[in-house]
Parts: sequence; structure tokens; C-alpha cells
Amino acid sequence: MSTPKRIFVKGNEAISRGALAAGMRCFFGYPITPQNDIPEFLSQALPEAGGEFVQAESEVAAANMLMGAAACGIRAMTSSSSPGMSLKQEAISYMAGSEIPGVIVNVSRGGPGLGDIGPSQGDYFQSVKGGGHGDYKLLVLAPGTVQEAYDLTIKAFDLAFKYRNPVLVLADAIIGQMKEPVVPWVPENRDPAEGQDWGLQGAVNRPPRLIKSLFLDDGALAGQNLKLQAKYQAMQAEVDQELFLTEDAELIVVAFGSIGRIAKSTVRKLRAQGKKVGLVRPITLFPFPSDVLLGLAKQGKRFLTIEHNMGQMVEDVRLAIRTVADSAFHAQLPGNLPTPDDFEEPILKALEG
Amino acid sequence: MSIYQDAIIAGFGGQGVMLIGNLLAYAGMDAGLNVTYIPVYGPEMRGGTANCTVVVSDDVIGSPIIRSPVSLIIMNGPSLDKFQPQLQDGGVMILNSSLIDPAKADKDRVKVYAVPVNEIADGLGNARMANMVAIGAYVQATGVLPVKQVQDSLGSVISAHYSHMIPKNAAAIQAGADYVIANGQYK
Repeated sequence: MSTPKRIFVKGNEAISRGALAAGMRCFFGYPITPQNDIPEFLSQALPEAGGEFVQAESEVAAANMLMGAAACGIRAMTSSSSPGMSLKQEAISYMAGSEIPGVIVNVSRGGPGLGDIGPSQGDYFQSVKGGGHGDYKLLVLAPGTVQEAYDLTIKAFDLAFKYRNPVLVLADAIIGQMKEPVVPWVPENRDPAEGQDWGLQGAVNRPPRLIKSLFLDDGALAGQNLKLQAKYQAMQAEVDQELFLTEDAELIVVAFGSIGRIAKSTVRKLRAQGKKVGLVRPITLFPFPSDVLLGLAKQGKRFLTIEHNMGQMVEDVRLAIRTVADSAFHAQLPGNLPTPDDFEEPILKALEG
Repeated sequence: MSIYQDAIIAGFGGQGVMLIGNLLAYAGMDAGLNVTYIPVYGPEMRGGTANCTVVVSDDVIGSPIIRSPVSLIIMNGPSLDKFQPQLQDGGVMILNSSLIDPAKADKDRVKVYAVPVNEIADGLGNARMANMVAIGAYVQATGVLPVKQVQDSLGSVISAHYSHMIPKNAAAIQAGADYVIANGQYK
């Protein structure tokens, strides 16, 4: 078997190429560091692929353009970084409420406010708890490698249409800016009728359709919320995570995205010294791998959650294992660049209990 | 025996440190290895110091960001001050002795290769190839990849428009490697 051809690209370019491979037809962007490579790349590559690239007048406009395009039942995407994501939340809530399958990419940076342009995971709550208003969930995918940035962007489109729900790819400045080899691939056997049975494409020879998030009739909003909740329950089937040396581990480090891979270096180093440490890296942040964590907790393992923020995912870890265990927490301060050395002492301390 | 090498490559903006970081990473990938490359991309790119980190390994690479690297390519004085203290004991440092006094290097703690990359590049007819001399010296001093592998990957980082420059750049890489062979470690 010959080695598949690898390309050497930034995470931002991998996301862009993944979206093209997934058959994205429309992209709506607005500049902000550190996601700028995405609109830069797509401004040329998407029109060449026969799609439409729009640099919008604002993040708000870009998110609403995404809502409009995806309401037509076509594959469309927007991308931004943390402060820009805050501006998109109204449209994201509307998309969730009206079941519109837009794909949103957040290459996150430090916050709150304008923060800095360096990496951070401070948008976890915004991503998984609903940054906009109302009872809604996004499927949230968190790549830990540049290859995963490519793969998960393709998956984001598939899941968006499978559930008719917005999907968020949550990367950060590390994944966005680093380069790694990627094996590009194009998914096969896409459903040619995707979006045709509900999309707004002109009511020719069929009754008109209505896509909306406003439900004023008696009982209608309650019904819509029940429908959405059933969908979020069904999404539990999509849960995904990486397990690294967890079997005989006494301490489980839980970390996602770039911090997950950096912590993996620390785990590997400590393993070489005979320390029984393992890693769980959630790949889906919603749905969260609660059952996997609970299963490990029931085996008597201890937990340390590491995040590049002041403590967000740790709440979901604690919630998952609350009946049998607790999780310690180590904050990698936003504004400081994380390295494997930073995690050694906290892991050893948690291992000692 | 497993392969693992990480490097921080640092200098002024405009010295081409990002280019040779990319080149090293491409050469690693072309050799069938796993590689990561991460640049600094902030305001420092606009005129100040620039640096990037490259990791080459035959195993899955965890962190692309390294606090204590096993090797350095140092193209200017400020970068020496910043990164030399982080270099692991016994690590390898290529030092641009055209711009930095090699006496400033901690030669008792780390392996120093003092290479006058600007003069060597000047001698080859183009001072802008100092970065290529440095990467040639680096590959020779560390043995992380064959010098030829790096030369062969030039086409991946030099755009088609400048492809006529590839032989000259390959010669500059060779000149850096030859300098290390001839002069060895700085004592």
C-alpha cells in the first residue's frame, strides 16, 4: 500500500479545505485574528470551486447570511474568533430555534472582551451552554490536530444536515495557526436530495414552506421545545473522545483541543517515569463523553481537568462523575502560551492525591 | 531507535526564520516523519523578533509548543538573550556569528556551532540566503535529517516564480553544512 499524499497546512487552511471537500457552497466571513486565514483562503478557493464567498459588513451580517443560505437547504459556513463569536450569537439562537443546519467555526482567542490574539479555551461555556438565548444546543466538535480540523469540518456538515441543527467547530489559535501534515479526502455518496424536503428553494409545484423560530399559538412553543430536546437527546449517539493509556491509569487527565494534545506530551513523559497517568480528550464537547468518564470513575480512578481558561469544562467533568468522584482543576492562564512543562507539577500533585 | 527533535528558530523579521522553519518541517514530512510547525504571528512579525517552533518525530507529536527545546537556530542578539536560557543542557545551538559575539554563548552547558551565515551567504553572492546557510549548518550539526533531504524539499517552500533560485539556495544549504564539517563545535 502506498503512503497517501500528505499536504502541509495550517489548521485554518485545513478547516477551509475540509469545508470545500464537504461540498460547502457559501461562506460568509468577516476579518478577525486568529481565524483570518479561513476567509483569505476561501476568498479564492471557493469561487474557483463554483461557490459564493461574501465578506460581510459585520459578524452579525455574516451570521444572518449563513442563516439565510442554510435555510435554502445548502451547505454554508461562517467563521470567526471569540469577540466576533459573541456578535453571532443572536443568529445562532435563531438557527437552532428554526432548525437551520449552518456550520460555524470559532478559532478562539483570549478574553474576556478583546482579550488578546493568542490561544485560549475561554469560549467553552459559550459554545456548549448556549451563547445565545433560549433552550438550545449546538453540536460542538473540538479538533486536537490539523488532520482532525479537516475531518471534523467535513463531519460538521454531515451532522448539521442529519439533525437539522447548527454545528460549531471549536478550535483555538494553536490549532488554527500550527501546521501539520494532512491527508486530504473527499466524502463519497452524499445524498443528492439533501435539504430538498424542507429547504426554501421556491415553492414551484408544491405547497409553500415556512421556517421560523416564532411560535405564538397556544402550546406551539412547548411542542417545539419538546421536539428540540428529543433531538438533543438523539445527538448523544454522536459522542466521541480519544482515550490514551487510561486502562491502568490511577489519574485521568481530562483536556480538550490543543490542551489535550499538549497534555498528552506530559502524560507520555510521566509514563516513561512509571507514573500511572492517562488522558481523556473529549472530541465532541456537546454531546459530552459523560458516560466514559463515569465508567472510569467507577473503576476508582482520580481526575484532573486541565483547560486554557479559568475553569469551564471542569463543571461538566464534575457533573459526569459526581456520584462517585470529583475532579481537581488546573488553569492554564489565558494570555500564557501552554507547554507540556506547565502541566507536569499539577499532574504529579493530583496523582499524589 | 526513535527519532525526536524540536527546534526554536529565531531572528529579526525579514531574516527568513519562518521560511527555514517551514523548510525543515517539509523535509521531515517528505522523509515520512510526523512534523509540526507553529509560528508566532502577533505584532512582533511587523519588524521585531520573529520565531517559530518545529518538531520532527517518528512518533505521534503531542505538543507543537516547546518551553525547553533540544535545539536552537539563533539569527540575532535579542533571540540569544531570550532563548539560550531555555535550551536544554547539552542541546545544540546554531549561532549567527556574523551578528552575535560567540563568546556570549554558554558553551560549557550547550553545544554551540558559531557560523558566520551572513558572510557565507555574501560569499555566495546573495546575503539574503543567510537563513539557508543556517539551516544547512543545523541539519549537519544535529543529523536530524540528511542535508540532501532538506535541499530536495526547497521546491515546497519556494514559489514556482522563484524556482530558478532553488540551485543557489541548495548551494547555500551545502555551504552551511560544509562549514560545520570543517570547523566543528565552538569551544
